[in-house]
Amino acid sequence: MTNPREARAYINPYLGGTLLGVVLFGAFYITGNGIGASGAINRIMVAILELFAPQHVDRVGYLAQMGGGTSFSLESTGVAMLLGTLLGGFVSGMVNRRVKVELRKGPQISPAMRIGAALLGGLIMGYGARLARGCTSGQALSGGAVLSVGSFAFMFSIFIGAYALAYFFRKLWN
Amino acid sequence: MAPLDLSSIAGSISWYLIFLLIGVAFGAVLEMSGFGDSRKLAAQFFLKDMTVLKVMFTAIIVAAVLISASSALGLLDMSKVWVNPTYLLPGVAGGLIMGVGFIIGGFCPGTSLVAASTLKLDGVAFVGGVGLGTLLFSETAGLLGDARHATDMGRFTLDELFHIPLGVTVLLLVALALIMFYGAELAERYFGRGEKIDRKALLPSRKPYIAAAAAVLGISIVFAFIGQPSSIDRWESIARASGVSLQHRDPYIHPAEVVEWRQDISVYTRIIDVRSEGDFNNFHLAGAMHVSLSSLANKEFVKALKNVPDNTLTFVVSNTEEYATAAWKALVGGGLKNAYIIEGGINKWLSLYPPDLCIAKPLSSRAPGKEEMAFIFEQSVGENCYASHPEALYKERPIECDTKQQREHRAHEGAQTVRSVPFDENQKFSFTRKVKMQKKKKTGGGCG
Repeated sequence: MTNPREARAYINPYLGGTLLGVVLFGAFYITGNGIGASGAINRIMVAILELFAPQHVDRVGYLAQMGGGTSFSLESTGVAMLLGTLLGGFVSGMVNRRVKVELRKGPQISPAMRIGAALLGGLIMGYGARLARGCTSGQALSGGAVLSVGSFAFMFSIFIGAYALAYFFRKLWN
Repeated sequence: MAPLDLSSIAGSISWYLIFLLIGVAFGAVLEMSGFGDSRKLAAQFFLKDMTVLKVMFTAIIVAAVLISASSALGLLDMSKVWVNPTYLLPGVAGGLIMGVGFIIGGFCPGTSLVAASTLKLDGVAFVGGVGLGTLLFSETAGLLGDARHATDMGRFTLDELFHIPLGVTVLLLVALALIMFYGAELAERYFGRGEKIDRKALLPSRKPYIAAAAAVLGISIVFAFIGQPSSIDRWESIARASGVSLQHRDPYIHPAEVVEWRQDISVYTRIIDVRSEGDFNNFHLAGAMHVSLSSLANKEFVKALKNVPDNTLTFVVSNTEEYATAAWKALVGGGLKNAYIIEGGINKWLSLYPPDLCIAKPLSSRAPGKEEMAFIFEQSVGENCYASHPEALYKERPIECDTKQQREHRAHEGAQTVRSVPFDENQKFSFTRKVKMQKKKKTGGGCG
């Protein structure tokens, strides 16, 4: 690359992991809870739904838990954390010159396929995350740090699921 | 002691700001590690780029070592740290589904946020997908019904599963992670860079890595040895933190106050009796639970005793106060809330609510020995005795010894002769009310 404003290199993964571990520890130390993402995304969806169909939100149990009646689904620590995650990612991206409108995809597929795959993958992920009561940040990392049995079982399941199907989806990435 | 008690600022701007800042640190570290790039993430599953495994497991062992170390040093109260309840089947099922989503979409929810924040379009699409997926789940959660809550094992940690101390579990986890990292480095070399693996390559060579690995391993060995605080240690720090003083007799409650609480239907009053089985059979308070003092050395048993509704008020009792106090320390150290000790024990209780003479006579020939009952029970009445439930609010205290002989005796002499002391329905004991029911602090999970 001859671009003078080249993106900086990623940090050493073990260093990144150590920093992440310190952040995790800090979260537990200060708040007693770990971190998370999927719950907050769920809450944002509920808030959007509230704008169009508030009675529906009140009637479906799972939705009502977060935003039914007079409770405001966005009023949650998880949502604050999600906003922070976006902010932190953006700031780091700016500092490291990685903020760029682009599409990361394997060479054998078209951009449209990539977007479609991302949507589909996200859909599956979103469903699975609520079933498992957390995603890799919440269940795997936070639960793993406190040695929760369920979190380790969950983590291994993700790896097994992905590795098992990797061969069939290799064209997406390689 | 951590976790910090933030209840004073709960719901305020500063409270949300704390979570925002944690999120900022989280997002920044993820981005710096390259998790905003779906190709890098997906490469994990072709063994070409093991960044995901390295970052995740390093984070877990670093956090776990820091958490167990600060708990061992008495700086962090593990019982207040949120551990996601284990729902084994939904967790495994959800995990497998998420694995599929990961390989197709190339992200997980957290990393997709980071990618979206740096304007990666596939990240944005993925976040949208996650939103829809969560909605899909919300709408269909009813269809799953009870299956969603299957195999609920509650708060269940690896050390409990394998019955080994926490510090040792962390040590084994660190060792396992280091082995995985070793494998990951080899995999990257072979699958990622296409290098051949010869004998020389099998030896770990990068000095900073060896040093770091040795350091983490060393620290976890140290804390495996130091061990976690015992219930007694915990009790001492909890007592210090909550200002409870045994010297000031804070947890000792007058029997009459206990009787009042037994009449309060909004509170579930529980009596834990740690006397010998013989004494328990002779007399105990109605509904009392018999627990042997030695069984409280078992952490899992103490944990089970904590598994009660939030409106449970526990009174620990022994014949005097000695055993009850020891038991109370173990329970409070194990995290039990709203626990107190009955002042003066069973001996004082019986002096205030004396059984009829035919049932028990006060020990008069000598003073009672250590933790000895001050009443000799002619019959083992268990809880079938007025003194077991003085809260029953009799208009007139029932006569319990009603043999033919005593009925005849009463007819001649009057009811009072079967009693050890005259009974006065209006008798009010003077005492200061001390019990304050504490509401359990609501802790949530990291997700949702």
